[in-house]
Amino acid sequence: MDTFNHYEPGDYYDELMESTGVPRPGARLLVEKIESLPPGDLALRQQAAEALLLKMGITFNVYGQTEGTEKIFPFDIIPRIVSSRDWHLIENGLKQRIFALNAFIQDVYNEKKILKDKVVPEDLIHSSRTYRKECEGFTPPRGIWCHVTGTDLVRDKDGRFYVLEDNLRCPSGVSYVLENRQVLKRTFPQVFEASQVRPVDDYPTKLLETLSHLAPNLVHAPTIGVLTPGMYNSAYFEHSFLSQQMGVELLEGQDLVVSDGFVHMLTTRGLKRVDVLYRRIDDDFIDPEVFRPDSLLGVPGLMSVYKAGRIAMANAPGTGIADDKVIYAYVPKIIKYYTGSEPILSNVPTYICRDEKDRAYVLEHLDELVVKAANESGGYGMLVGPHATDEERKEFAEKIMAEPRNYMAQPTISLSRVPTIVGDSIEGRHVDLRPYVLFGDDIYVMPGGLTRVALKKGSLVVNSSQGGGSKDTWVL
Amino acid sequence: MLSRVANSIYWMCRYIERAENVARFISVNLNLLLDMPMEEGKHWKPLIITTGDQELYDKHYSSYAQESVLRFLTFDRQYPNSIISCLAAARENARSIREIISSEMWEHLNNFYLELTDEGRSDMAFGEPHRFYKIIQMRSHLFTGLMEDTMSHGEAWNFARMGIMIERADKTSRILDVKYFMLLPRAELINSAIDNIQWTAVLKSASAFEMYRKEHHRITPRNVANFLIFDSRFPRSICHCVSSAMICLHRISGTTSDAAHNLAEKRLGRLEADLEYTDIDEVIDQGMHEYLDNLQVRLNQVDVAVGATFFNLQPLIDSVTQEQ
Repeated sequence: MDTFNHYEPGDYYDELMESTGVPRPGARLLVEKIESLPPGDLALRQQAAEALLLKMGITFNVYGQTEGTEKIFPFDIIPRIVSSRDWHLIENGLKQRIFALNAFIQDVYNEKKILKDKVVPEDLIHSSRTYRKECEGFTPPRGIWCHVTGTDLVRDKDGRFYVLEDNLRCPSGVSYVLENRQVLKRTFPQVFEASQVRPVDDYPTKLLETLSHLAPNLVHAPTIGVLTPGMYNSAYFEHSFLSQQMGVELLEGQDLVVSDGFVHMLTTRGLKRVDVLYRRIDDDFIDPEVFRPDSLLGVPGLMSVYKAGRIAMANAPGTGIADDKVIYAYVPKIIKYYTGSEPILSNVPTYICRDEKDRAYVLEHLDELVVKAANESGGYGMLVGPHATDEERKEFAEKIMAEPRNYMAQPTISLSRVPTIVGDSIEGRHVDLRPYVLFGDDIYVMPGGLTRVALKKGSLVVNSSQGGGSKDTWVL
Repeated sequence: MLSRVANSIYWMCRYIERAENVARFISVNLNLLLDMPMEEGKHWKPLIITTGDQELYDKHYSSYAQESVLRFLTFDRQYPNSIISCLAAARENARSIREIISSEMWEHLNNFYLELTDEGRSDMAFGEPHRFYKIIQMRSHLFTGLMEDTMSHGEAWNFARMGIMIERADKTSRILDVKYFMLLPRAELINSAIDNIQWTAVLKSASAFEMYRKEHHRITPRNVANFLIFDSRFPRSICHCVSSAMICLHRISGTTSDAAHNLAEKRLGRLEADLEYTDIDEVIDQGMHEYLDNLQVRLNQVDVAVGATFFNLQPLIDSVTQEQ
């Protein structure tokens, strides 16, 4: 295998290499180790890691293919390494951001100060598809809305981290972080040990603490459950994994019923009360009596029990208002408003299409920009201008003009790259970083995160639904 | 525990036991084939008839050649009781309760299934069938061994064990039913030592040959039937399976062994008592086939009662939809 001797960092920020043959300080041990491997050994380790993931059954169903088609989430064994200095900034930046976003959600559904002060336009809130009228006047237990967040960060050519997206609803992927780590520890044991990588393994314990913290007062040993859409959901493995790691129930909507003003699960010995739900079902589907009536995944009556304070939910229904991609553009102002300080982590510059001047600019520069719909995720409803055809750009221009509120645009970021195994050699591939943040007694940022990698050459889209894979993330 | 979870673990185990028994059905035929070569189609057709799915078979296959029958019973995904369909169902159930079973159980079952989906597997099944179906049986044994040794013997384990036992009782009765008719042309031969080879094959298909020898020495149809139905110590006999299932059921309900508090306990308890107070000569007088047929019907009723008692709480709450 052709290793780092000929590796070209190229015109991007490379997470492991300063220049050809010169690793960054934290990556030196790893690069030396890979260099010292006999030819073919790295490929063998890669295969062994993939075989291990398959054996552990860490697979997702591929929709639209023949029955029984399952794939492992593509995994590359060369880790991404984050220096402690970079991490310090990320950690503080995220704590500040999540604190402010939580305050924002509480404010928007209650006093609406930030709207009255015209920092965020009021019509933007009411026209958002993720705004939940049903939550107005409600304060969730301990005033916490976004208990679990997975914020997407990217690093530009200048080496600085930017926040690309806030995922405050049901961010997924944390199980891959934990499993990738298990696999990598076996793949590069000595390097791992010598590099003093910070552990991620206590995430399930921290999550359990976060959830227990929400239990209604006076409940001594709360019954906690993870609410999943079921085994055909692509993140089912994660739901099952987390409930197993926390030792709590894994529940489906069909297991739950509202009776006597409480939520109960159906057990072999009758009904048993449930106190806290870590729900991995979107707001739209959790209660057909309140939200989408055609939902079979949820529990009829759940919202009324919730609003009576007889069950807690993480994340709270309604948090989606803060991850509307247009509201995102206002987050720097939101941080300033609630904390009085400048944001530690910057946003990617954003053009808001409802703003006339911005819209004109966007329509003129579609070939340079990335356009996103306000409420889509998973890489859908998105235009990557430089890589799109004229036709696609035209189509998006029409969409923007028809519904300007629903679109925003950002300059194309030159995402940083990490050396990645491609056939017989190592080539740079673009990555992002999704750290996970828990808001319980305190705000906790797991030292690590999901590094998603665009495996297609030159591609900037890292979503697994669009040909992305993942890497382990080592925080030193 | 959650009703859905209890349901899944019960069915996971039934499906694995079912897959194992399909392999046993095939093995007994393979053994017979070694000893009494016959015209091809003749030998395999009865096996399809006993599945009760002959119609489905005829729709997709034109002959009863060994390879077609093995393909149908082993690899055909359209046939819900083929080995691969059973394992796929077992694995889907396991996947929905991964947090309940040990990772050893999950990984083994996952592997068991994935191996079977491998292209090369069918070559082995057709080329070295004896070895192949032995491996299937051993994989199933390994699973139950893992369950025994890596999973707490609590409520979930008792549901699992009960699933195995009810399924096994049903399948042992079927093995006996089929062969009894095929191999016993005239009822008056019941006590004579006819065709040792064939009855040996029947015993072997239930892994019962050596244990039988210790009890009965001579092989007669009467004694073979007696052993497979009534021997209380042999782990694949119907009587033993029903008693074991009853023990699990009592542990699940938390009741003492001399009381019946729910429909499942009542039905299974009655079946257990009937087995205890019946003997083989009565069965023969009554008609073996009728007796076994009735036994299978009653095992089905037990299954329905288990479902109604533990898995489906609909009668209490009608706003919730539940499916099996």
